[in-house]
Amino acid sequence: MNSHLLKQNIAFAIFRILGLMVVSILFWILGFIIYQGAGVISWEFLTSAPSNGMTSGGIFPAIVGTLYLIVGSSVVAFPVGILSAIYTSEYAGNGNIVKFIRIMTNNLAGIPSIVFGLFGMSLFVNTLGFGDSILAGSLTLGMLALPLVIRTTEEALKAIPDTFRTGSLALGASKLQTVHRIILPMAFPNIITGLILSIGRISGETAPILFTVAAYFLPQLPHSIYDQVMALPYHLYVIAVSGTDLEATRPMAYGTALVLIVIVLIINISASYLRKKLQKRHA
Amino acid sequence: MLETKNIDFYYGGFHALKNIGMKMEDHTVTAFIGPSGCGKSTFLRLFNRMNDLIPDTRLTGECLIDGEDIYHKSVDVTSLRKRVGMVFQKPNPFPKSLFENVAYGLRVAGTTDSRFIAQRVEESLKGAALWDEVKDKLKKSAFELSGGQQQRLCIARALAIAPSVILMDEPASALDPISTSKIEDLIHILKKDYTIVIVTHNMQQAARVSDKTGFFMLGELIEYNDTKKIFMSPEKEETQNYITGRFG
Repeated sequence: MNSHLLKQNIAFAIFRILGLMVVSILFWILGFIIYQGAGVISWEFLTSAPSNGMTSGGIFPAIVGTLYLIVGSSVVAFPVGILSAIYTSEYAGNGNIVKFIRIMTNNLAGIPSIVFGLFGMSLFVNTLGFGDSILAGSLTLGMLALPLVIRTTEEALKAIPDTFRTGSLALGASKLQTVHRIILPMAFPNIITGLILSIGRISGETAPILFTVAAYFLPQLPHSIYDQVMALPYHLYVIAVSGTDLEATRPMAYGTALVLIVIVLIINISASYLRKKLQKRHA
Repeated sequence: MLETKNIDFYYGGFHALKNIGMKMEDHTVTAFIGPSGCGKSTFLRLFNRMNDLIPDTRLTGECLIDGEDIYHKSVDVTSLRKRVGMVFQKPNPFPKSLFENVAYGLRVAGTTDSRFIAQRVEESLKGAALWDEVKDKLKKSAFELSGGQQQRLCIARALAIAPSVILMDEPASALDPISTSKIEDLIHILKKDYTIVIVTHNMQQAARVSDKTGFFMLGELIEYNDTKKIFMSPEKEETQNYITGRFG
């Protein structure tokens, strides 16, 4: 074997090992959570509220709370994010304003989520007087999701070749008609995927909801957007480190983690399924 | 009639068109030839203001259609583009059905009368010599057509909004020889009803389809005359060199 081939084989072997390591870390975490948490999963665990100082019962209010926050932050982030992405990628050209908006969007993505939480508390909870509520939490989570939504929507729009834009404009269509009738329908599958993935990302965030919505213990379900809710990530934190009897609640913490992971997994899988389906329809 | 007077055009600091004046009569085919980067496509795109889409460009001089300055403030660009259709180098049908592709220009213009639309779609597809091939599959995706059929679909799409001028930017350069000759035959037929301006790299094509030919080089209109004259006995040495293949 000549030395080039040998070097190449060694290099590939190293890459392969590193690649497998990444996968094994994922499976390790998943396996660990499933091993530790699967035991507590039961119909009762999924459908009842915590009881006995959270040492027994289930996590139903936290599941519901997380789903509410997913919907709420989507309502906040999707319209604003999609519309500003359409503006920056279709309308605003490539001037300094757009460059500035883009840099700022990236910076927004780089702000630690606990800072969002603090900001959300100061603005929505206190200044605007929403209190600890689904509204304040959704607005805070929505802000966190914004850069992700903007980025993925922009990428989806940029993937559409310019020939479709010029073709439409040359037929006397306005820019708005071109975006509405040609570009958005073509970009739609990728936009949807990006949206769902962003929501999957933020549904596991703890810090932004810590001071804005999450309740330590609240067995009844919310009645309005001004109510507090429990949420899976925060509940996980509570029963893992600050419950009344940590030893007793340890398995429940793993069970909660498992439920959270499964929810995110379902979101991600449905995103890729939806994209495939939509792409077939538009091809 | 298309007419330009003292046209100068700049991409940023680059002087792309230099003092160009020419007239194109109704119901004629005018071909623009010249080496790559000579400005012929830029000049073509002046007539439906597609150059407006490129940032940092500047135009001086006059560009008239039937005596009207199409760069005047009062001109609505979208209605200009309904009068001046365009066919691009690569076929660019929309990801819609054949029918909706041809109907697109009417729909964006606000037409809702579905009988009128169906009638225009049929007329346009016949006008683009595509009707017989596709009349049974109007609901199918335009992407199912061959490249040559797609290009004729794009011509039909342009015809549907009843323009008076059709600009063609190397319409056959991405097509096989048979599709190319179909497009060329079509140009002969369309000439009766439309004023056609075509940019082409293919000099035989220019000789076959056009009545008049303009030869561009480095942003200047070197020579503009009857096509026969340009190819048989050009007046300028540069033209002679180009058409005999000595450069370009």
